[in-house]
Amino acid sequence: MARVIVDVMLKPEILDPQGQAIARALPRLGFSGVTEVRQGKRFEVEIDGPADEAAIADVRKMAETLLANTVIEDYSVRVEG
Amino acid sequence: MGAARVGVVTFPGTLDDQDAARAVRHAGGEAVPLWHADRDLKGVDAVFLPGGFSYGDYLRCGAISRFAPLMEELIPAAHAGLPVLGTCNGFQILCEAHLLPGALTRNENLHYVCRDQRVLVESNATAWTGDYTPGQEILLPVKHGEGRYVADAATVTALESGDQIVFRYLGGNPNGSVNDIAGISNEAGNVVGLMPHPEHAVEDLTGAPSVDGRGFFTSILKRFVSL
Repeated sequence: MARVIVDVMLKPEILDPQGQAIARALPRLGFSGVTEVRQGKRFEVEIDGPADEAAIADVRKMAETLLANTVIEDYSVRVEG
Repeated sequence: MGAARVGVVTFPGTLDDQDAARAVRHAGGEAVPLWHADRDLKGVDAVFLPGGFSYGDYLRCGAISRFAPLMEELIPAAHAGLPVLGTCNGFQILCEAHLLPGALTRNENLHYVCRDQRVLVESNATAWTGDYTPGQEILLPVKHGEGRYVADAATVTALESGDQIVFRYLGGNPNGSVNDIAGISNEAGNVVGLMPHPEHAVEDLTGAPSVDGRGFFTSILKRFVSL
């Protein structure tokens, strides 16, 4: 058993109005000094074997195919633990 | 020959399929229900992907629908020239399926927008817009929360120079879409996607703001009568 984490973020050039709304809310809550917030998605992919090279390659393929839309999003893959 | 047969696809969560089918029949065509889980296009002449929230819009709008069994048939057929129209969620699905370039993202102001929208017809050189005139202004309902069209600069330039921007918003951009883009086509002009809803604007009886949507359906039916 292993857990592989996929983080998906909008590409830097794509406007993130949700992140902006969060950033605007923070000062009202007393948090100062925040210059920007970008919102993304985190996927925790549990696999039944070890997180070896082949398994990681598989998860990358999942990210490329379904988890991220690479037209507007970047993704990164890492093994937890 | 008999009436042209236009397939109307239903995914779990599709909302506008009945209106789409009715619009096809209103124009004199035969509406053929297509089910997302069937690998069968039933030999239709054209396909309409209606709006709604297919698969609950989980992950991203259209991201899961794009892999439905029906889409495995539709994608190669569209590449081979089958006319396909996607409105709203249908447009999102066409972008996720890479049948159209770019993507649809959350509205700039984060508001779900539901209103009657003035739309400029930019191109009648597609399978679905032959009955319009470039420069014509039409009025169609829009209703979406994720309709902001985005694409990289090179793609937008190619769309502009290739006459692939089919519709633009007039009188206020409802979602922050780049260059006020409301709808685009692929290079061949057989695949068209737009956020506004022509299928909701074909009959006075339903309280539609206009009957300007009829042209989509008469355009596609004429195409098959003239073959």
